[in-house]
Amino acid sequence: MSAIGELQRLNSTTGGPPRKKDNKAAFVFLLPWFAGLLLITAGPVAASFVLGFTDYNLIQPPEFSGVENFERMLTDERLHQALGVTFKYVLISVPLQLAAALGLAMLLDRGLRGLAFYRSAFYLPSLLGSSVAIAVLWRQIFGADGLVNQALALVGIEGRGWISDPDTALSTLIVLNVWTFGAPMVIFLAGLRQIPVMYYEAASVDGAGRWTVFRKITIPLLSPIIFFNLVLQIIHAFQAFTQAFVVSGGSGGPSDSTLFYTLYLYQRGFHNFDMGYASALAWLLLIIIAAFTAVNFWAAKRWVFYDD
Amino acid sequence: MTDLQERLAPVQTETPRPSPRPRNRSLLKHAGLILLTVIMLYPVIWMVVSSLRPGNEIFRSPGLVLSDLELNNYGEGWNALSSPFGHFLLNSAIVVVGCIIGNLVSCSMAAYAFARLEFTGKKLWFAIMLGTIMLPIHVIIVPQYIMFSQLGWVNTFLPLIVPKLLATDAFFVFLMVQFIRGLPKELDEAARIDGAGHPRIFLQVILPLMLPALATTTIFTFIWTWNDFFSQLIYLTDPEMYTVPVALRSFVDATVATSWGSMFAMSVVSLLPIFLAFLIGQRYLIKGIATTGIK
Repeated sequence: MSAIGELQRLNSTTGGPPRKKDNKAAFVFLLPWFAGLLLITAGPVAASFVLGFTDYNLIQPPEFSGVENFERMLTDERLHQALGVTFKYVLISVPLQLAAALGLAMLLDRGLRGLAFYRSAFYLPSLLGSSVAIAVLWRQIFGADGLVNQALALVGIEGRGWISDPDTALSTLIVLNVWTFGAPMVIFLAGLRQIPVMYYEAASVDGAGRWTVFRKITIPLLSPIIFFNLVLQIIHAFQAFTQAFVVSGGSGGPSDSTLFYTLYLYQRGFHNFDMGYASALAWLLLIIIAAFTAVNFWAAKRWVFYDD
Repeated sequence: MTDLQERLAPVQTETPRPSPRPRNRSLLKHAGLILLTVIMLYPVIWMVVSSLRPGNEIFRSPGLVLSDLELNNYGEGWNALSSPFGHFLLNSAIVVVGCIIGNLVSCSMAAYAFARLEFTGKKLWFAIMLGTIMLPIHVIIVPQYIMFSQLGWVNTFLPLIVPKLLATDAFFVFLMVQFIRGLPKELDEAARIDGAGHPRIFLQVILPLMLPALATTTIFTFIWTWNDFFSQLIYLTDPEMYTVPVALRSFVDATVATSWGSMFAMSVVSLLPIFLAFLIGQRYLIKGIATTGIK
């Protein structure tokens, strides 16, 4: 069903009689894709790898600098800050977002009246969430005179400038990401639909409680989808950019507390035109994401349950 | 046909629940869900209301009551930048249309090959295609920027549109592959027996049946491109070429909190197309996300 399930399945060979090859026709149909792979994807990936070992400011030709960029990473304190911020963001917001998504998906169960309405209402923020407009709104909501503080004032609590305070600025962006739980929720809903009702019936005949049913039936049968959502949302969260950029006015402030990795990469590459270092940073990001994904796949063997 | 429908729309197959729950529990549940809906949508609704309020009232009222309607915010916001906001809407529209056409043409072609043709190394190419879904754009953006800037394409829409003509949005290739796999093979086999070649089978048999997948692609491309900020920020630095997100951001920087009213007004204007696309394309959005997990 999902791209990740598909990737896992590719390892096993599927049977069927061999068919006549349509190499020529396939090449014609795949021509745009091949061109894109070469020029837009694989080529630039290779080029960025090479650039990672150079010093390049777009004006002078790139100069080979060996592993200098990577040595620089070791002592680059803003990079360490960016890594810390990004890890915090990913490790806190993704589990919260998925928990909200799964919880709501389970509440919106079969036969609930108005399901389509709730599903749409919860899904809408996922579509809006990555826009500049919502980031602008967030900036106001969590500002010193913002909506949150106005609401707190009504109950007599004095708020603070959530976005201008380095202790809370990142949390406002975590809230924003959790708010977009609708997309994984829709995927969970589809997955829950595929669990045969008879399992639940059998469990209720056996007198199993709700918690047991959740642990012994729902979670194992839904585990491929949970896994899929987890992998995808982690990859997605590592690449968060717009919200931090707009909320902090492009600086990653206050005190670099919202300096997402991608924001730092943008600053180095497209503000300081430090293209060699930016390329090296991009590769580090790729390695980090790949490592997280690999660990996920490795851990999946222990908890993801495939029916077939 | 039911099998086909199930594959295409797992969301829509409803299994009747074995026994209805007691009524009061279901009422409680609805109350909770409605409360949550209100909390979820409150910020957005409040923004719309605030865009119709005089500036100083925005800071006083967390409520939604409009004492008097202030339409000035819209007029002010519309003309706050070097060009009227309509100009940026037009720029965004050009980019969006280009990207939609690019994705529809190139992704459907690639999907047909992956779903229906046998060719050397198919599995490997397919795995590579799936792999590119997970590749962060940041890994390719620097060389891509260098390449496009050497072609003189910076401050044109080409760097945003041309990649879409080359099927780089692998999500949609995958979505369409899944869809075509759900179509009965007998159809194109019959066409082949009648002497139709692949171009004809693709154009006259598969494409017409693929309309729902094409609609999903259109709507997602619309929303993603409209919202896209990172690449538009990088490639469009001339205010004449700004698209809506870039313009809105420069507005924020120019006015920093002096004029929330007009900023909200233009934010509402910028979200309106997304909202309309959502209303029109809900069914396809939900199906698309349920079958592939794209966001």
